[in-house]
Amino acid sequence: MSLNVPNHKVCTWTQDYDNPASLATYTANGGYEALKKILAEKTPAEQIIEQLKISALRGRGGAGFPTGLKWSFMPRNYEGDKYIVCNTDEGEPGTFKDRDILRFNPHQLIEGMIIAGYTLGARAGYNYIHGEIFEQYQSWERALDEARAAGLLGNNILGSGWNFDLHAHHGYGAYVCGEETALLESIEGKKGQPRFKPPFPASYGLYGKPTTINNTETLASVPWIMRHGGQAFLDLGKPNNGGSKIFSVSGHVERPGNYEVRMGTPFSELLEMAGGVRGGRHLKAVIPGGSSVPVLPGATMMELTMDYDSIAKAGSYLGAGSVIVMDDTVCMVKALERLAYFYFEESCGQCTPCREGTGWMYRVIHRIEHGQGRPEDLDLLMSVGTNISGRTICALGDAAVGPVHSFLKHFRNEFEYHIEHKRCMVGA
Amino acid sequence: MLSTESLAQIDREIAKYPADQKQSAVMSALRIAQVEKGWLAPESIEFVATYLGMPTIAVYEVASFYNMYDLRPVGAHKLTVCTNISCQLQGVDAVVAKIQAKLGIGFGETTPDGRFTLKEGECFGSCGDGPLCLHNNHTLHTRLTADNVDAFLEGLK
Ligand SMILES: Cc1cc2nc3c(=O)[nH]c(=O)nc-3n(C[C@H](O)[C@H](O)[C@H](O)COP(=O)(O)O)c2cc1C
Ligand code: FES
Repeated sequence: MSLNVPNHKVCTWTQDYDNPASLATYTANGGYEALKKILAEKTPAEQIIEQLKISALRGRGGAGFPTGLKWSFMPRNYEGDKYIVCNTDEGEPGTFKDRDILRFNPHQLIEGMIIAGYTLGARAGYNYIHGEIFEQYQSWERALDEARAAGLLGNNILGSGWNFDLHAHHGYGAYVCGEETALLESIEGKKGQPRFKPPFPASYGLYGKPTTINNTETLASVPWIMRHGGQAFLDLGKPNNGGSKIFSVSGHVERPGNYEVRMGTPFSELLEMAGGVRGGRHLKAVIPGGSSVPVLPGATMMELTMDYDSIAKAGSYLGAGSVIVMDDTVCMVKALERLAYFYFEESCGQCTPCREGTGWMYRVIHRIEHGQGRPEDLDLLMSVGTNISGRTICALGDAAVGPVHSFLKHFRNEFEYHIEHKRCMVGA
Repeated sequence: MLSTESLAQIDREIAKYPADQKQSAVMSALRIAQVEKGWLAPESIEFVATYLGMPTIAVYEVASFYNMYDLRPVGAHKLTVCTNISCQLQGVDAVVAKIQAKLGIGFGETTPDGRFTLKEGECFGSCGDGPLCLHNNHTLHTRLTADNVDAFLEGLK
């Protein structure tokens, strides 16, 4: 496959080649052609944004916000510096697609960021890379060096007279920095504590300058869209859910891994691609979009297609496309205990409801799991959650509540059994 | 004081940011200092503060906020294991049990000979390759099992 033909492997096509990450592989197969055309024809920014709008590309970082619309928020005639920032702080449990883009297709992200920089009039761009993947921080910097040596970055890019550069910023272990304003604080050399919004980054972003922040997969999709047009991308998926999407499938499947498929692909097909439930066991539950989105029963999932609208209609979210599969050996109390611990550990501590509430939820679930649950604990969990939701600066608080409320909604009997019998009903 | 090699690395980081935004290099500077010294002693934090023209307390805030900085000495091999949901489903508990039995330490502990420190980590964004162990913050060992974890530990000696 290649970038020359509009196939559904939008971000993962280089994996067909021996040196998937090299500049040579990328350029030999249509890479940087979109950028060259834009620079040669001086394509107006409005036209680029228009194609993004037609494509129905929605942010791949979790919220699914339309990318074309986000780009249109950047002030056009602002005199000072502006920035484009890429979010590769992938740390939402179950999510591991952006690491593979850096590993196998770094140049498509670079091209996407350069096109973004050109469209938005940015002076520079930064890619914030998750702390625990230092090897990809280094490999992406090597890809930047290759691009610089080829005249694709720096001064007078490809003879166009336009100057733009990209840099990598390495995180060092904080989930909350995936939240876009915490990420900006972190690049500025501070603790990663989210900012109040508004003002939004498009007016007050990095160093107080207009800034657009997009996920890695979002930006890496841009060269494909510019090459083949917004309509072709839209046609890969379904209305309002354009394109293909990388789904990270983990947990109880035979072959955990990334699978890039068209939006709207039935969940059952995706599961099949990952080898099905391990050992042919029964599918109990699926978290369809990363640890922060509500869990759904396996039977419900088997009826759904993988796109924003279908998953939302069933009461959950597509999120970052992180599909966590659980078979019938899973104790839902133990699983939720681990998730609750995560949000407790990663709350930045800035907002009282989140800082205190995540601790309360963890301790209550912990005591249920360890046979010390009380009959009133389930109501207590619900009410702590309700008191966090919507009362915090960023969405980490809501992210912590989603699992708790949904586990209780769909698997309440397991929690009740734990409280009453002081042990697990799974395998009992 | 850091080595000239470390200082050159920090200077490369500073150059990524606007001239009046040196502070943006604080995370890398702390990482580079930690790699050279093994952990972040108060002198190292003070050095980074002076080098970047920041108040020491501001550097300390950063060093204490992010999980991968060590504000106390760690063993020669710091092993961080992700125990989050995907890795848990993919069998990390058995891997952790093996490591703990072999090293004789629990999470947050260092072996008496100072060779190994074991830490519990949060999602590395690499779940498809789990269970995983991050060695000295920078090298990821993937697809560990109760069967291959012995060989992995032997390989570190
Ligand atoms: C707690 C928290 C963690 C987040 N983590 C990530 C992340 O790791 N990667 C990401 O792209 N977006 C993450 N987001 C969403 C970002 O704030 C932001 O919406 C996104 O980067 C925008 O890019 P997009 O429009 O291309 O999706 C997170 C949000 C929250 C509240
Ligand atoms: S859950 Fe272990 S790496 Fe993501």
